Formats: sequence, structure tokens, C-alpha cells
Amino acid sequence: MVIRWFSVLLIFMLANLSRAELVIEVTQGKQSAIPIAIVPFQWQGSTPLPEDVSGVVANDLGSSGYFRVMPEANMVARPTAVDQVSYSDWRNLRQDFLVIGRISQDAGGYAVEFHVLDVHQKVELLRHRVKGKASQLRDISHYISDYVFKKLTGIPGVFATKLIYVTTNRQRDRFNLNYADADGAREQLIFTSKQPIISPAWAPDGKKVAYVSFESGRSAIYFQELATGKREMVLQMKGSTSAPAFSPDGTKLAFVNSNLGNPDIYVLDLNTRKTERLTNHYAIDTEPQWLTDNRRLVFTSSRAGGPQIYELDSVTKAVKRLTYEGNYNARARVTDDGRKLIYVHRVGENFHIASQDLRSGMVQTLTTDTQLDESPSVAPNGSMVIYAASEADRSILAAVSVDGDVKFRLPSKYGDVREPAWSPIF
Amino acid sequence: MQKNALYKALGLTLGALLVAACSSTGEINEGEASATSTTTQATTSTETAANDASTTAVDTAAVAGEAMDSEMSQAEAALMEQTVFYFDFDQSTIKSDSKAALMAHAAYLAANGSARVVLEGHADERGTVEYNLALGERRGMAVRRFLLANGASASQLEVVSFGEERPVSMGHTEASWAKNRRVELKYQSK
Repeated sequence: MVIRWFSVLLIFMLANLSRAELVIEVTQGKQSAIPIAIVPFQWQGSTPLPEDVSGVVANDLGSSGYFRVMPEANMVARPTAVDQVSYSDWRNLRQDFLVIGRISQDAGGYAVEFHVLDVHQKVELLRHRVKGKASQLRDISHYISDYVFKKLTGIPGVFATKLIYVTTNRQRDRFNLNYADADGAREQLIFTSKQPIISPAWAPDGKKVAYVSFESGRSAIYFQELATGKREMVLQMKGSTSAPAFSPDGTKLAFVNSNLGNPDIYVLDLNTRKTERLTNHYAIDTEPQWLTDNRRLVFTSSRAGGPQIYELDSVTKAVKRLTYEGNYNARARVTDDGRKLIYVHRVGENFHIASQDLRSGMVQTLTTDTQLDESPSVAPNGSMVIYAASEADRSILAAVSVDGDVKFRLPSKYGDVREPAWSPIF
Repeated sequence: MQKNALYKALGLTLGALLVAACSSTGEINEGEASATSTTTQATTSTETAANDASTTAVDTAAVAGEAMDSEMSQAEAALMEQTVFYFDFDQSTIKSDSKAALMAHAAYLAANGSARVVLEGHADERGTVEYNLALGERRGMAVRRFLLANGASASQLEVVSFGEERPVSMGHTEASWAKNRRVELKYQSK
């Protein structure tokens, strides 16, 4: 018991020592960003709320790059109910949409009723009520953001999703696996080690993560249940065992094993726990990622000299090369609609994130102002890519939209932040 | 510089010899003078004095011999001080200036069957994490093959890659990257 409390305390202390504290900063929004006013929600309780609900919503929508959020100081009125709204006020302020709401106490928790109004059509577009526990005000806020985002853009919002990522100190003798909201808030340490942690990946149900830890002295793949913290060493074979990737149906795990210095792609059946080798080539084969059909994968191979991206059929074992532009293309991810391949692309002496249209083959470099970009992970709605980049001698997280229009950074106060993985939609 | 060239030349030419005639290198057997005779001498002399007979003590002390480092073993030891070997970007080919020192390590391993060494492969920060893990392993394996070809045995060698996770130089210039693309030989027992 004492030991358990001590270890809890120790983890807590370590967490504080190496806290990354990410804060979102939009560096580029869409030209066509929609002007929207989010009026501070009404709260008539006697004590102030622990979270500024409408403030979080404004920050979410603003950071998406799809919206231009009106500064509160410019507002001439602060309606909290539909009958208080004077549409002409907001039209004069050149707003397209208006969000208003009221927060009330609800059985020990809170309930928020919110409305989205179309300023030009002078009509209420939606009215919705959301409830949660006292500790869930921030979840309520992200829920509202998702709801508004979906209604106005047609794209599912990802504000209620999570990130896992690795933080490390300068000496590289402390590695933390962290869990946080997609906007970097509410960071929690879920695993810490003196040895490297790499390649975190989400199970499709969002309840479990896989990652590679070197805690035994060499690489092995572990699963960890998020709700319980329960860990399991799943694979450690001769040589390096790494790059875990769950199939979208959650039945299989693709991974890499190098045996005697020759990394190849394998698949583990999660029901039978049997492994099967999918590639057998003297070159480096690594970084597998499943396509939505649960059958094909993309992976990185040096079989043509430098790293390039290939597609692999896990049944026929047929391999097809996908990338031809440049001498370094690696770590591919595919958007859920199967249309875009996102990967690390060498441009001259730098490394950037590129997007390739899988039908036309067109390649677009998405990032230009960050350095040494790596580890791209696509948001579950296919709109954004989060990645690690080097900035002023540190490694930070940054994000870019799949069309390159929206950019934001998640700088941390200290330490290096690496290897982000964006969760599925819960 | 000249010294380096000498070591290199010595290493290259002697490396092969050492593999063939391996047992003579590495260990230094220190001879020790045995001086066990003094006390017995003293007791003996009192006994003989009582018998009134005459004896003469002889000096039974042996000479002290000590193996010294020959030029060859000195050069070898100097070569073995190099335990980090560097690589070009996205390459796992052993550079020619690494070979003399690796030959010396191979000879040492061949001569000392109980020696164990971990070959730690590393990459610079550029490119992707998993590809760099594979690249680090490739580099470790290239060194392993070289050591095996020059007399070490497989059971003495273990390759572990850390990819780009453990840089020795934190900068973001070629000078730092060049230091990070490496294989480190770490003896577990010598």
C-alpha cells in the first residue's frame, strides 16, 4: 500500500517535472474563414464556473482555421436567449453566424443549452442541450464545438478527441507518454520510462493504445488500457520489434520485426495471437499503416535505394510503389476517405509533410515554415494532420490542414514533444 | 596524425595476423619474484649452528619477469580506444577509416572468447523515427558482419538500435548529425 502510494506520488512528481503544457497558437487560417460571434454564455450561479465554456468553444472554432471568431470586446450586445437577438446588430458587425447559450446547474453537474443563429437568414439554425458531471465542463464545451462545427462546415468536429504523444528531456534519460485533449489541455502522464518510448498508436475503439518501449533494454510492443492503466507486453522478438498499427476493425496488429538486421512487415492476429510475415526483402521495410479495407497496407521501404512508400496486399502479398517524387518519402498515413496519402517528404535539405492525391498522384508540400517535420498523424475527420517539428532547438507539435490552408502550433513550455497520435472519434 | 597513420597501418597488417595467432595478445602476464626462502633460511641457520656444522645459505630468489606492451599491442590498445564509428546519411556502409580499429576489436574478441559486446546503432534526427530505428539496426549489423568476418563469433555480439532517440549532440547542423549517425561498441565483459 505504501509502495503504491509512493509510486503514485513519484509519477505525479515526474509528471510535473517534465510537463509539456501545450498551448495552441494559430499561425494561418483559411482565407474563406467564416465570421462567427460566440456570445459569452449566461451563468447565474453564485460561484464562478471552473471553465469558461463559451471561451473554450471560441478557442476551438478559432483554432480550426475554418472560423474567424469575433473578439468579445467588439460585441455591442450580449444576448443569451433567441428573443433577445437583434439580427441587424450582428449584420452590421459583419458576422455570418451567432452562438448564444445558458449554463445551469443540473443534478450535481451542469446543463448547457445553446443556439446557433444565421445572421443573414435571421433564423435559428439549431437548438441543443448538453449535460455532464461537474468535472466535465470542458468535455461539454468540446461537444458544443463539435456540434457547431459539423452544422456549419458539414465536417465532423474533432474537438472532443484526444492526443497521445511522447515528451522527453534534453538529456534523453526521461521519456513520458502523455494523454491530452486535442487542443493540448488537460495533459496527463500515462507511462514514464528512462528508456525511449516511440510509435504510439490508438486502437480503433479509442480504449487502448500500443507503443514501443525500450524498458527491457531493447524494443518491444506494449498495449496499455487507458481507463485502468493496465499494461501488457505483446511482442518482443529477436532484433527490433516496433511500429505497431491496428487494423481499422481492431482484429489485427501490423508491426515490424528485424530478426537479424532485416526489418520486414508482419501481422499479429489479435484473436489467435499468431503472427504472419507479410514482406520478405533484404531492404528496410517499416512503418506499416492499414487502409480502411482491413486488407491493404501502406509501408516505407528502401528497396529502391532511399525510402519510398509502397502499398501491400496482406492476402496476395503484392507490392506496388506509390511515391516517385524526391529521394526520401516515409511514414505514410492515409485519410479515412482513402483519397490522400500524407507522409514525410524531403525537400532539398529539409523534411516536410506532403499530401499526395491517390487518384491523380499530385503531390503538395503542406508545411514550409517548420523544420525537420516528422511523425504525421491524421485527425479522424481527415481535415488536419498533427506532426512533430523542430523549432529553435526544440521539438514541438504543429498541425496543418490536409489542404495546407490552416496551420497551428502546440508549443510546450519545456522539453521536447514528439510522436503525436490523434485518437479516433469517441 | 602520423601516429594515427601508424596505428592504421599496424592495425590493417597486424589485424589479420592477430586473428591467426590470437592467443598471444591482450593479456599481460606479470611474473612475480618468489622470495619464500628468507624465513626458512633463518631457522635453518640456527639449527645448523647448534650442531656446530657449517653450511652456507644460497640465494634462492628467482628473477622478476614482466610482460611489456610491444609496439604491436600498444597500437592495438590504442586502436581499441575507438569505440564509436560514424556513418553517412541514410547509409550503413562502414567507412574506410573505421576499419583499422574495428579489426583490432575483432582480434580482441577472437582472442578473448568470453568478451561480450553490444553494438548500439544510432541515427541522426532527420527523417522518420521508425525508419531511423531500422537504419540504426542496419549500421549495427554492418559492424557485426565486419567483426564476424574478422574473427569474432556471433555469440559475442548483440545488436541493439536506438534509432534517433539517443543523440550525443543536440544541435541541428551537419556537425551534430555526423556525430549522431554512429555505432557504439559497448563491452559488457572484457
